[in-house]
Amino acid sequence: MNLIAQLEAEQISSLGKSIPDFKAGDTVRVGYKVTEGTRTRVQNYEGVVISRKGGSTISASFTVRKISFGEGVERVFPLYSTNIDSIEVVRRGRVRRAKLYYLRNRRGKSARIAEVTNYKPLAEA
Amino acid sequence: MRSGVIAKKLGMTRLFLEDGKQVPVTVLQLDNLQVVAQRTSEKDGYTAVQLGAGNAKAKRTTAALRGHFAKANVAPKRKVAEFRVSPENLIDVGAEISAEHYAAGQFVDIAGTSIGKGFAGAMKRHNFGGLRASHGVSISHRSHGSTGQCQDPGKVFKGKKMAGHLGSVRVTTQNIQVVKTDADRGLIMVKGSVPGAKGGWVTIKDAVKKPLPNDVPMPAALKSAATAAAAPAEEASVEGGEA
Repeated sequence: MNLIAQLEAEQISSLGKSIPDFKAGDTVRVGYKVTEGTRTRVQNYEGVVISRKGGSTISASFTVRKISFGEGVERVFPLYSTNIDSIEVVRRGRVRRAKLYYLRNRRGKSARIAEVTNYKPLAEA
Repeated sequence: MRSGVIAKKLGMTRLFLEDGKQVPVTVLQLDNLQVVAQRTSEKDGYTAVQLGAGNAKAKRTTAALRGHFAKANVAPKRKVAEFRVSPENLIDVGAEISAEHYAAGQFVDIAGTSIGKGFAGAMKRHNFGGLRASHGVSISHRSHGSTGQCQDPGKVFKGKKMAGHLGSVRVTTQNIQVVKTDADRGLIMVKGSVPGAKGGWVTIKDAVKKPLPNDVPMPAALKSAATAAAAPAEEASVEGGEA
């Protein structure tokens, strides 16, 4: 392992975050810390994960898409951001792509994702 | 004026801070950085310290340099550079400089050899606009335009920006902020990018356009004998880094 990878691994462990097992197609609720003036509160953002990038490295990110007041909204979150308070998996979806960018061209019924019925949690490594 | 340092660029990563900010950082490493020689006003007409960094194989070092390193009683170095200092900031020959030489938050100027781009066109090299995509432009969409006038002056002026070799020149980036230092492993993390490729050598100096903070060590932060025990562990991590 080179020194950069070592530094990143150390930072990940020092951040002490527990990232739940989720992938593209899953619906997640992200608690994101928002600072208004001096007050900090947690804002929930719920939607479908349409992409995960960067594996489990420090620079990993994921994209959450939702339809807000009839308009598609996408937000990209850094996976290890200290602004992320929690990530909660609401629903597990069955998809055959790693990146669900095709959802951008779909509306309504065709943009649905079937639920996984036989989800098996990952064994703790 | 105090000495700068020679560092090796390891690469870039990011730091997540407690307040939610993420900072892109370049990781620079001080690799066996020692004072190799001094320049004094009596002998040389100016005062400076000559630093050496890295490890070079003795048999691949020229005899002249071997003698130079032997005089300072240091192992052969890969990279040698001189830093002008004021007379009171001269450092003893053989002293090893640690990463705590720089304080977190201070600004530095970093110079390195930029990544070579080879023979580049005018668009890439000088940010020219190129020609139009249509309206009769034929196979010269990325060319430069006119290079001058007509029979008078009848020549292209010297210094005209044209295609040519790009990169592989010494570039200094000013006012880079130091984010964090790690004395155990000899690491300095600075905000943003630094000229040069990974594994390349750069020189770091205190910023000329920003005031020097009061808490920086004068004349330099040196590795004392107490930290000598930590040195073998550091060397092991360096070897791991190059594998």
